[in-house]
Formats: sequence, C-alpha cells, structure tokens
Amino acid sequence: MAWYNRKDKKFKDSEKKSIPDGLWEKCISCDEVLFRPELDKNLCVCHHCQHHFRVSSAVYLDLLLDKGSETQLFSTLESKDFLGFKAGKKYSTQITGAKRKTGDHDAIKVYSGKLNEKPIILGVMNFAFIGGSMGSVVGEAVSRAIKTAGKKKIPLVLICSSGGARMQEGAVSLMQLAKTSAHLAKFSQEGGLYISVLTDPTTGGVTASYGMLGDIILAEPGALIGFAGPRVIKQTIGQDLPKGFQRAEFLLEKGFIDHIVPRSEMKDKLSRLIGLLT
Amino acid sequence: MPKYYLDFEEPIRELDERILELESQTDPTQETLKEIAKTQGKRHQLIEKVYSKLNPWQRVQLARHPNRPYSLDYIQILIPDFIELHGDRYFSDDPAVVSGIGHLGERRIAIIGQQKGRDTKENLYRNFGMMRPEGYRKALRVMNLAEKFGLPLITLMDTPGAFPGIGAEERGQAEAIARNLLEMSALKIPIIGVVIGEGASGGALGIGICDRFLMMENTWYSVISPEGCASILFRDAGKAPEAAESLKLVPSDLQEIGICDRIIPEPNGGAHRDKDSAINNLSQAIQEELAALEKINPENFLDIRIEKYDALGFYQELK
Ligand SMILES: [Zn+2]
Repeated sequence: MAWYNRKDKKFKDSEKKSIPDGLWEKCISCDEVLFRPELDKNLCVCHHCQHHFRVSSAVYLDLLLDKGSETQLFSTLESKDFLGFKAGKKYSTQITGAKRKTGDHDAIKVYSGKLNEKPIILGVMNFAFIGGSMGSVVGEAVSRAIKTAGKKKIPLVLICSSGGARMQEGAVSLMQLAKTSAHLAKFSQEGGLYISVLTDPTTGGVTASYGMLGDIILAEPGALIGFAGPRVIKQTIGQDLPKGFQRAEFLLEKGFIDHIVPRSEMKDKLSRLIGLLT
Repeated sequence: MPKYYLDFEEPIRELDERILELESQTDPTQETLKEIAKTQGKRHQLIEKVYSKLNPWQRVQLARHPNRPYSLDYIQILIPDFIELHGDRYFSDDPAVVSGIGHLGERRIAIIGQQKGRDTKENLYRNFGMMRPEGYRKALRVMNLAEKFGLPLITLMDTPGAFPGIGAEERGQAEAIARNLLEMSALKIPIIGVVIGEGASGGALGIGICDRFLMMENTWYSVISPEGCASILFRDAGKAPEAAESLKLVPSDLQEIGICDRIIPEPNGGAHRDKDSAINNLSQAIQEELAALEKINPENFLDIRIEKYDALGFYQELK
C-alpha cells in the first residue's frame, strides 16, 4: 500500500492540511485520500472501493470515442433567461457562473464520432452545470441528437447525469420531457437503436423521459437513479430509507436496468451491444 | 354556500352568512326580501372585485380549494353513462386515478382523471391524487384501448405530483411516466388535456401529452410546486408565494408562453361556487376542440405533436 493510502485517520487529517490543493482527493465513499493523477488515470474510479466519481464530459469523450473521430454538434445553443427568473440568484447570473465554472456552454455536449470504428451520436450530460438540469437547451440538443442519429441511421448513446428539469425555466423545462420523448417515439418507430447510460446521479425529469427510454439501459456502479430525490421521499414518508435504495444495484434487482457496467468496461460493452443490434 | 373559505374570501363569507340567515326566515317581510336582494347584489360586486385581481399565489390556493369539483364530479356530468375501468393488469388498481369510457354528447370517448379525496379517509384512499406507477400503467392501458377502438382521449389533471414513496420507486415511477410520454406522443387518436386543479410536474405530464392543452381559470401548471421551488431556491417553503410569482404558473402566463391553448372561464367566484356552470363551460370547450381535431389524419398525430413540443423551448443560437 502506498504511503498516501494509509488508513491511519490521525495521519490523514494532519496530512490533508499540508498537501497542496488539487493534487489530492478524498474518496467520498471509503474516505481514502487519493493521488489525483492516479485517480485521473483510473478514469476517476477509486481503486480501493471502486467508487465512480462524477466526471466532466471530457472523460467520457476520451473513453468512448476513437481518438480524433469526434465532431462536436450543436455547440452554438445557449440558454436564455426568458422568464426573468429570480429566486435568490438571477437565472442569467447562474448561467454565466456555470459557464465559467465548467467551461461548457450548457449541461450537455453532443458529438458525432466513432466507437470502435462504428459511427454513433454521443450525448454527455454534465452534473456540474446547474445540477445537470434540463432546460430548453438540453431539450433541443437531445432532440437534435435523436434526429441526427435517425437521419444518419446510426445508434444514439446518451450518458445521463441530472438532478431533473431546470426550474428556472418554469413549465417550459417540463415540456422538454415531452419533446425529447416524442422524438424518441419517432426514432424508435423508424428502428433506431438508443442506449442510455445512467451515471451518478440521474433523477427527476431526465430519468422520467429519455433516461428510462433506452432500448438498452446501462448504469455505472453505485449511481443514484430515481424519480423523486431521496430527501423528498424521506420527508414525505417520515422514515429512513433502506440501505442501497435507488442505487444502480437496487434498480438492477427491481428490473429497471439491463446491466451495471464499470466505467473501464463501458466502451467494450457498448461496442458489443451495438455490434449485436445493428 | 361553500363550506370552506380562503383568507381572501373571508369578506364574502359575511355576506353569504347574512343571506343565509335572511333566507331562513319562515315568513319573510317585504323588507327582508328587499334586504336579501340588496345583499346578493353586494355579494356579486364583492366577488367580482376580489376575483378580478388574483395574484398567482391566490390562484394556487383556489386550485387547491377543498370544495372545488374533482375529476369524478366532472365525469358524472360530462359522461352520464361512464363505465370505470380498473387496474393495470400487472400489479394493482391505483385509486389516485380514475379511467374509463362513455359518451360525451354524441361522441364515444375515453377519459382519465386524477382524483383527490374530500375528507381524510377518502384522501388516504385516493392518496391525495398522487399516482403510483401502477396508476400510470393503468392509464396507458386505457389509452391503448381507446386507440384500438378509435375513441378520442380526454385527460383531467389534478395532482400535487407523482407519489414520492419507496414502493413507487421500487416499481419504477420514472419508467412508468417516461413510457407514457413516449406512447402518448404516438397515439393515433386526438388527445385533449385539461388542468382542473393542480398540475404538478411529471406527475401531471404523465397523463398530459396532448394536442390541445386546456386550463380551467383558477388552476396552475408547473415543473415544481411553489413550496418545492421555494424550499430549494430560497431554502424556505414559506416563500411559496414568491416562488409562485417567479414560476409563471397561472393560465394567463402559460397562454402567453404558448403552453396553454385555451383558458376555460369559471363562474363568478370560482368553480367551487357553481360546479355545474364550470363543468358545462368545459364540456362545450372539449366538444369544440374535438370537432376540430377529428379532421386530422390519425397517421399524422406523432409528427404534429413533435412539431408542437419542438416549439416549446426558448434558447439562443450563436452564429
Ligand atoms: Zn473509495
């Protein structure tokens, strides 16, 4: 065991103060302190407990698409504060802040590219952008991704991570559930293959639309997946939630996903599924 | 006279009570009859005044008024020969939603409505109108039946949200709603959705994909309840009135945005003061809308719905 993985709690706490910011990361699952470059090399998966950290879209892009095969699509779409929404922070301020923080234009990036030489359309959501919330831009980008996959007759893969609909866009954000589902209905009728990959966390409106509408639904280990958030459920029923509730393993047991796939095996699994179904 | 008064309706209660008292006199004098007429006139004016400038929060409260007509009140009058159809054929029957078939005027139709309870006991049975996955699956079964036999579909939305519970999650609340969104988009029958009370989020949308979206005058439709929004964004559910303003959830705002196609007027003082007029207004509107939708080739409904929902997004596109 490397010295930075020592389980001595006292040592770890004092050590934490002296280590430079950004070079070390504490695993939120097993409490181990992890060396950032090692963690990055391991696709941001803790090598002790296999906890899958939330990652930016760049990680999936590197992981899934053949080097140099990708073209980013629809990156000119930008959110707009059409309701003049104010609740504490202004929505327009939140958008600007999220763009600065993530370097992304909104909570999804869409690419056309090749996965083991098979052309696909890939959409990757980013939880760091206003909780991966789905507003008009995400709704439009997903819809265009579906249409493009349909036109080119190639598979669609969406990597989901989202807290749900973007309430700063009011009922219009709710309409994005309807819009994306209607496009998927058409895509499915025309024989298109859609695989959804649920990562931590996928809740609310995204789960209740394209998240749960894949021909095949995959999930990363330990990912929180559900309709209502655990806090809301706890509040409503006034009791503690069972251990492992709403985790990927729970959904697999209840029959709502096809497979739990570790990040390191995701490309291979997708490639085989696409090979078998197209 | 309603049994329950919202705080802004309190001044009306006084006049209601005065009229009731005068009317209860066994042998009223000319004087008394005159006073009744005068007080009724005063009441009419007061109601008009109170109701002409409702703020969003007041309208949210009206949508939740415990004396408002619920789905079964509408169904009883709209569809005299209604036959209820129960169960999802997989797990159970969800009493939070009522579905069935019957005649609306000359037409055979299918209707699905979220149902609240009038008292505690009935509310426990109806789960306060909060559907579970089996409810969405029952609704889908009836939709497919309607499509098979060519009956247009009416859905009545009145829910504080889909039920957030352990069992509901175990049985796939998200999957059940998502499935309905996809299947409803492709139904080859006309669909009219009507908000008759509360239209909260995915819980309402799970039966709410439609060609024409109607709202009763004193209702709301939103991605989240004002309380939910306030507790997330202000960390204080007590700020619900402010959240109700921000969310733009009342019919007139939603009509401006393009989500609501038609607002159904309620009688003076709201649907709870005169259920029959409210229900008749809706009946007329539905029949007019159906007459128009019946001219559409059923094969085109999916494309028409895609076009409709495509327009309901607002973003900018940088060149
Ligand atoms: Zn760990």
